[in-house]
Amino acid sequence: MAETHSLQDLRQAAVTSKVFVQRDYTSGTICKFQTKFPAELESRMDKQQFEETIQTLNNLYAEAEKLGGRSYLEGCLACLTAYTIFLCMETHYEKVLKKIAKYIQEQNEKIYAPLGLLLTDPIERGLRVVEITIFEDRSIGSR
Amino acid sequence: MKTREYQQIDPQALATPTPTPPPRPLPEHKPRRARRNWEVFPGKNRFFCDGRIVVARQSGVLPLTLGLILITSGLFFIFDCPFLVKHLTSCIPAIGGVLFVFVIISLLQTSFTDPGILPRATPEEAADIEKQIDNPTGSSSSYRPPPRTKEVVINQQVVKLKYCFTCKIFRPPRTSHCSLCDNCVERFDHHCPWVGNCVGKRNYRFFYTFIVSLSFLTAFIFGCVTTHLALRSQGGKGIVFALQASPASALELVVCFFSVWSILGLSGFHTYLVASNLTTNEDIKGSWSGKSGNEVVGNPYSYNSIIKNCCSVLCGPMPPSLIDRRGFVPSDDSVQTSPVEIELPAAKNDINMCTQGPKGLLETASRSPLLTSSCPQAKPPAVLETLPEIVPSPVPEPPKSTPHKHHSHHRSRAKQSTHHTPKTSNSSPRPHHSHSSRARDPKFSSLR
Repeated sequence: MAETHSLQDLRQAAVTSKVFVQRDYTSGTICKFQTKFPAELESRMDKQQFEETIQTLNNLYAEAEKLGGRSYLEGCLACLTAYTIFLCMETHYEKVLKKIAKYIQEQNEKIYAPLGLLLTDPIERGLRVVEITIFEDRSIGSR
Repeated sequence: MKTREYQQIDPQALATPTPTPPPRPLPEHKPRRARRNWEVFPGKNRFFCDGRIVVARQSGVLPLTLGLILITSGLFFIFDCPFLVKHLTSCIPAIGGVLFVFVIISLLQTSFTDPGILPRATPEEAADIEKQIDNPTGSSSSYRPPPRTKEVVINQQVVKLKYCFTCKIFRPPRTSHCSLCDNCVERFDHHCPWVGNCVGKRNYRFFYTFIVSLSFLTAFIFGCVTTHLALRSQGGKGIVFALQASPASALELVVCFFSVWSILGLSGFHTYLVASNLTTNEDIKGSWSGKSGNEVVGNPYSYNSIIKNCCSVLCGPMPPSLIDRRGFVPSDDSVQTSPVEIELPAAKNDINMCTQGPKGLLETASRSPLLTSSCPQAKPPAVLETLPEIVPSPVPEPPKSTPHKHHSHHRSRAKQSTHHTPKTSNSSPRPHHSHSSRARDPKFSSLR
């Protein structure tokens, strides 16, 4: 049974390796990540859980990039104000990115940190990859 | 008296080891000014206003563009408007004013916005990608292996993704590497010297607004000046009299006459591109029209509806900047110097920074390799000092004369011709690069 870690404890652990979940371009240029379960994580976590995390992330990004009434309204309004509205208002995309950051933080606290893993928000890697850091499993029960 | 006392104290002080003042032996722990990401950015862009404004390395002819617009509009408002207001209507300066404001604001936004630059891969990412690609020679550094491509099927069409040796990533679809700015830019359209920046995913709508409003403004000024001169030369006085009475109008007429055709042409061309959801880069290369030899059957990114294409390109959601210019560079020993590092991210108002203690630590711990992409073995104290020097060296340098050649290539051509042939002006990065790269380094030519 793997020792449970908390976020603070991960700080002290050594990084064993990093796994990168690449982008899935089969639907075009929208932001979507591959749901294929990486081999390095097989010993650490449940495939179902991983797929669920990635799928939720994909859904959130799809929501950010959705072309619908709301985004058109925002775009038209911006055009009429010569795009100066972007200087004062937060765009819909940015609001969703905040949601994503919160979601990742939650997932890290509840699911990944106890398994000795850490998800990095893709925005910090230029939306290229979901970086999963694998920390070495060691006994820290004394802490 | 005081000095004598000091002299008396000295010999005794020498006998006992005096503790040196705390800051001196530990300069690394003194809270020095933290550097922002834009200061260590590896591309060739320049940043102003503490990272808020992004421009290409050479501003191209942006000052000329601005100057022409300001001078022509200024002359119009000063010399033509009073006459026209008196004889026609006061709507004229109002309309002119609105158009002018649109032109200037969209020009500045096109020039100063991040076009969609993709940050370079971190060393771990690059290593991971290298592992996945077969590299038979492995250690030889002199011979560059053949360009790596990955195929992906988008909308029942096979699209090849190329590997970028500079940025160490597989370029997403529609992304291209700009040799002038030395960055991969998403949905790369072209590098525009007139605005002094690349035109890509994030600033294409500003660019389009700029050229459309500029064509309206030029046409409007042209029309008004013609009306002005026509009214003045009424009553048998003749055109010469009119020109003598208002010489500024002559200058405006000349400028507008030559620019209106080229700008209208460019607007028309870009309207076509927007309606078919194409980029200038794709149109020139003939990626979807079969020019490049493959029997391709159409643009996989198009929604096959003009309205939907226009809406998605111009009114779609505004993507965020991926390069996080104003974030702080985390030092490699971020875990130990945690108190300093955590305070700084609080200053940022962007999405990807959390300000709480332990989570901030995790953020910095996970972000620490972000910008040390070019010096993976750097020692912590030296990393921030040596970063600027080390950054350029591992990057496989394309021919250095490229930007200068390109620049002179443009300067030597007349303003009109670059606009009359929008395709050639917009294609400047590509044919030029392939020319120079073919001459110098055959391996590069297949990269772009």
